[in-house]
Amino acid sequence: MLAYLLRRLLYTLPIALGVTLLSFLLVYIAPGDPLNAIAPADAPAEVVTALKSAYGLDKPLPVQYGLWLTRAVQGDLGVSIASGRTVRSEVLSAVKNTLILAAFAALLGMVAGVVLGAIAGNHIGGAADRFASGLSVLGVSIPHYWLGLVLTIIFSVWLDWLPAMGAGPGSSAAGGNAWAWDWAHFRHLILPGVTLCVIPMGIVTRTVRALVAETLQQEFVTALWARGLGRLAVFRHVAKNALPTILAVAGLQLGYLMGGSILVETVFAWPGTGFLLNTAIFQRDIPLLQGTILVLCMFFVALNLLVDVLQPLIDPRMRRV
Amino acid sequence: MHSVIQRFHRLALALPLALGLAQTAGAETVARYGISMADIPLTTGQPDRGAGAYQFTGHTLYDPLVAWEANVGTRPGKLVPGLATDWKSDPKEPKKWTFNLRKGVKFHDGSSFNADAVVWNLDKVLNDKSPQFDAKQSAQVRPRIPSIASYKKVSDTAVEITTKEVDALFPYQLPWFLISSPVQWEKLGHDWGKVAFQPSGTGPFRLDKLVPRERAELVKNVAYWDTKRLAKTDRIVLLPIPDALTRANALLSGQVDLIETPPPDVLPQLQKGGFKVVTNVTPHVWPYHFSTQPGSPWTDIRVRKAANLAIDRDAIVKLLNGLATPAKGQLDPSSPWFGKPTFAIKYDLAQARALMAQAGYSKDKPLKAKVIIAQGGTGQMLSLPMNEFIQQSLAEVGIAIDFEVVELENLYLHWRSGAKADMNAGKGITAINLGYVTADPFYALTRFMDSHYIAPNGVNWGGLSDPKVDATLDQVRTTFDTKKQDALLASLHQTMVDQALMLWVVHDVNPHALSPKVKQFVQAQHWFQDLTTIGM
Repeated sequence: MLAYLLRRLLYTLPIALGVTLLSFLLVYIAPGDPLNAIAPADAPAEVVTALKSAYGLDKPLPVQYGLWLTRAVQGDLGVSIASGRTVRSEVLSAVKNTLILAAFAALLGMVAGVVLGAIAGNHIGGAADRFASGLSVLGVSIPHYWLGLVLTIIFSVWLDWLPAMGAGPGSSAAGGNAWAWDWAHFRHLILPGVTLCVIPMGIVTRTVRALVAETLQQEFVTALWARGLGRLAVFRHVAKNALPTILAVAGLQLGYLMGGSILVETVFAWPGTGFLLNTAIFQRDIPLLQGTILVLCMFFVALNLLVDVLQPLIDPRMRRV
Repeated sequence: MHSVIQRFHRLALALPLALGLAQTAGAETVARYGISMADIPLTTGQPDRGAGAYQFTGHTLYDPLVAWEANVGTRPGKLVPGLATDWKSDPKEPKKWTFNLRKGVKFHDGSSFNADAVVWNLDKVLNDKSPQFDAKQSAQVRPRIPSIASYKKVSDTAVEITTKEVDALFPYQLPWFLISSPVQWEKLGHDWGKVAFQPSGTGPFRLDKLVPRERAELVKNVAYWDTKRLAKTDRIVLLPIPDALTRANALLSGQVDLIETPPPDVLPQLQKGGFKVVTNVTPHVWPYHFSTQPGSPWTDIRVRKAANLAIDRDAIVKLLNGLATPAKGQLDPSSPWFGKPTFAIKYDLAQARALMAQAGYSKDKPLKAKVIIAQGGTGQMLSLPMNEFIQQSLAEVGIAIDFEVVELENLYLHWRSGAKADMNAGKGITAINLGYVTADPFYALTRFMDSHYIAPNGVNWGGLSDPKVDATLDQVRTTFDTKKQDALLASLHQTMVDQALMLWVVHDVNPHALSPKVKQFVQAQHWFQDLTTIGM
């Protein structure tokens, strides 16, 4: 197991390298100029040239990438061209906010998905199945941006129950903007969380439905029924068989959510990685873009690794040597 | 006994009232402002994110030597004394300007403002050898103060600035240059990163809190030197909400008290809900800037005039739910530099068709042209629907335009490169659609008309080179009498309109939506707004 873990950790290096190289090239292939983030659009050529030199943007691309990589492996992700703040501090604060949102949305999505999937799988072809499947299709098809706006109009503007945007208390007297698990903060989480949860909810519902339906057809389940086990006991066996796959799907979904939905975070002005990426992309803030993508990529890889480690603990048949 | 009871009753009635009044008197007034930017602009001294950002972290925290009058809304503002009480150019050596500084002004950190601070700040943005030089602040302001050649302290209360050429318009550059505290920079270990969180200027607000991308809280500077501009609200909370609909929703749900740029389609709902939509004349124009390069279809004045006559601007204003005014030229007619153009910009299809016929084109035999436009972005208003409207309107008079649609950042590259550049001329692009700020003579006229500013030296995008225009511009630069200067600038604008150098469509009106809680707000006829006028 330890050798497997070490091997997997080593695999992350070329993945990270590939991701940084790809994102670096993509940013440069895209039209636009990172200097737009710092200089007015009508800045004269002499100012632009001086800035290019000051930010090292006049160096050949491989040199720029090499310099960035050398610093990155030492934990220095550079400084944001647009804000002048360190990329590390920018990304860490955004990741923290996205983690809160993603964990909440994932939890909502998983719970709803597992419940709906289990009901549907247990009643294939029935009304409950049609209802759950319908919701699942709706969840993966509905545009996030639109759903977020509709929920805001209903629950913020019409009913005035929940805040329309932001991540923290609006009162300036509250002091600080650090997240706290109290109602004042939690109410800000509900609308973006619900908006974001519909995709994992849809995917998990479909996965669980298929798994439950398939497992229920297997001979060992027939044997369990034949042995006179109760409904709950049989369901426990079915759940245990389905769990590794659900875990893998859940891990992937959490990874996607950690990437931060650019649209959802923008609609709710949620200061997470999606919001940060949105700003960085439009400003061509290369160091910020690079740093954010690298950190998110590492999160994704780490989550996959965690799922790979957890799976054999649940299902011994998947144990690696 | 009766009187005792009566007194007790009176006291019982008066006490809560008195306590309530005392509480009201002591309560902090807070205005929560949803701004359209994705982040709080730079707080170190020179805001980034364009002219519109100066109202948030520029003229709130800091003061310039020469300020723009932004606390009047009924007429265009003018240059007014800021940290300099007066300024004049030496009649014998007009390149030399002396600025007499205001006495007794303190920075927020308690240190004194003086000539050393001015020179230190000029070094901060112009002298890359100085220890306080900040490339980021320099990038923001250097293009705005291009005339400065050198500077020196004359006394504790006077500085001398020498311009590269004689430039009577030089004072217009100074509202962009803001003065920050040298002492605070020293105190914070020469670290601009730290200064961003604890800035110190002389402005009407102090920064109380900064959470990047989430909020900035400005508190009233009770010791502000200009008592006429003391803030009417104790605390202003700036909340970046880049999505227009989200901003409107935040206002409708009571999360913020005012927003900038509400989306046009939400206006009826806002007005129905008791919210006030405030607009004013704004130095902005939404034009097609024509190429004057050989081979451009716009070199024919009849075509340029026909294009200007083919647009029903009132219909576009309607499309924008009233959030624009029809353009009569580069400037609004209320501008002192508008002049009296002979070519009236209006909707006249018959005249437009006649002009096109004279030029040899018609609806059946149209002139073809390519225009580069952005899909959206700051200053571009409703870019795509408006451009499609123009396309259909021009087709009616025999001008068939194709679009090259790019992202705004990419459009800037095409703009800076000029019409002659391969990325434009090489692709057949002969006009560019970009919202222009027209706040002062340089921004409105000079940069588009002076042949010295043909790319890559500036943004005379079309490449206009007219010796008569250049001569008038030289005259403007050497005319120090404001009235004569205004008359010369008006003659330049007349030329611009009479030559139909651009297709002018509409002016933005910089809309703000206010909740009923906001009792006062003066919207200046400028991108610089004065947040001290917000009263709750």
